[in-house]
Amino acid sequence: MTAAEFVARLRAAQFDFFTGVPCSLIKGVIAELEAQRDYYPETREDAALGLAAGAYLGGKQPVVIMQNSGFGVSVNALSSLHLLYRLPCLLLITWRGFPGEADAPEHIIMGRACVSLMDDVGLAHRQPDADSIEADLHWASAVIREQGAPAALLLRKGVVK
Amino acid sequence: MRLVEALGVVLPHLRDELVIHANGFITRESYALVDRRLNFYMLGSMGLASSIGLGLALAQPRRRVLVFDGDGNLLMNLGSLAMTAALQPVNFLHLCFDNGVYASTGNQRTISTQVRLEALAAAAGYVAAARVTTPEDLERTFCDWLPLSGPRFLLVRIEPDGEERPLPRVAHAPDVMAAQFRAACAREP
Repeated sequence: MTAAEFVARLRAAQFDFFTGVPCSLIKGVIAELEAQRDYYPETREDAALGLAAGAYLGGKQPVVIMQNSGFGVSVNALSSLHLLYRLPCLLLITWRGFPGEADAPEHIIMGRACVSLMDDVGLAHRQPDADSIEADLHWASAVIREQGAPAALLLRKGVVK
Repeated sequence: MRLVEALGVVLPHLRDELVIHANGFITRESYALVDRRLNFYMLGSMGLASSIGLGLALAQPRRRVLVFDGDGNLLMNLGSLAMTAALQPVNFLHLCFDNGVYASTGNQRTISTQVRLEALAAAAGYVAAARVTTPEDLERTFCDWLPLSGPRFLLVRIEPDGEERPLPRVAHAPDVMAAQFRAACAREP
């Protein structure tokens, strides 16, 4: 799926507030949102989550983009804000350091740990591939709307172009 | 001036403003004084009061959003000063109750006595930033600024309370409070 197609599907699912901290694996999506003048570049991933929480309280349906390195920064915000207060948002988390694939050394440990960390804090997540991304986005929308909980899509390289 | 006095100066002037409260004694003292339905009380996520307030201000441009921040909270998330200055939300008024300590954990000192947080806000690009130390100056500046365009930053220098000050904890279930606050935001001001 192209970045433009993916952003169109996010909008069709009624997401309307976009922020985050970039990763090269999702630069196309950020470029598309910036071209639409609808993206707030944040300073840290947990601050982006705070921004999204405020936007949700104000009536928006937020999306937060980050690399899995930033998920480490985000654990306290997710556990003591979004999950505690039931403030949903869609998390698009890129998966650097995917086990078995060569990557830069700083990504290896979090690449191995991020899935179990998400399980441990109770963050709903899926790991889409190119064929399942649409269905997984529908799943995430349902979690957000029906459970009032945040949901994460853990995106490997190439799943969104 | 202590926190309870400073809040006692500010709260009678509030009408339909949305107020994000930093976790700890700011939440608990304000909740004990007046439990407004347009208050959001942070329990955890220390540091994020200003980010939550900014997101709310962006989502609710027709409403005035206040953040009741603390020095420890803000020092944990100085990037939010830059973010707020970059986005220039006109409906954003940022109060920082600066007692120079992490009060909830036993009054360990912060570095706010060595770093002027209002100068950081001004340097970042808030349209106005000031420091007040007396109830009279607080009331005058707060009332002057409340109707004006922001983002504005007011540092309220206060004395730390003793460690034994008894204050209730917020009784609302967090998810219920959040849902009610969101519903209140959705109604016309």
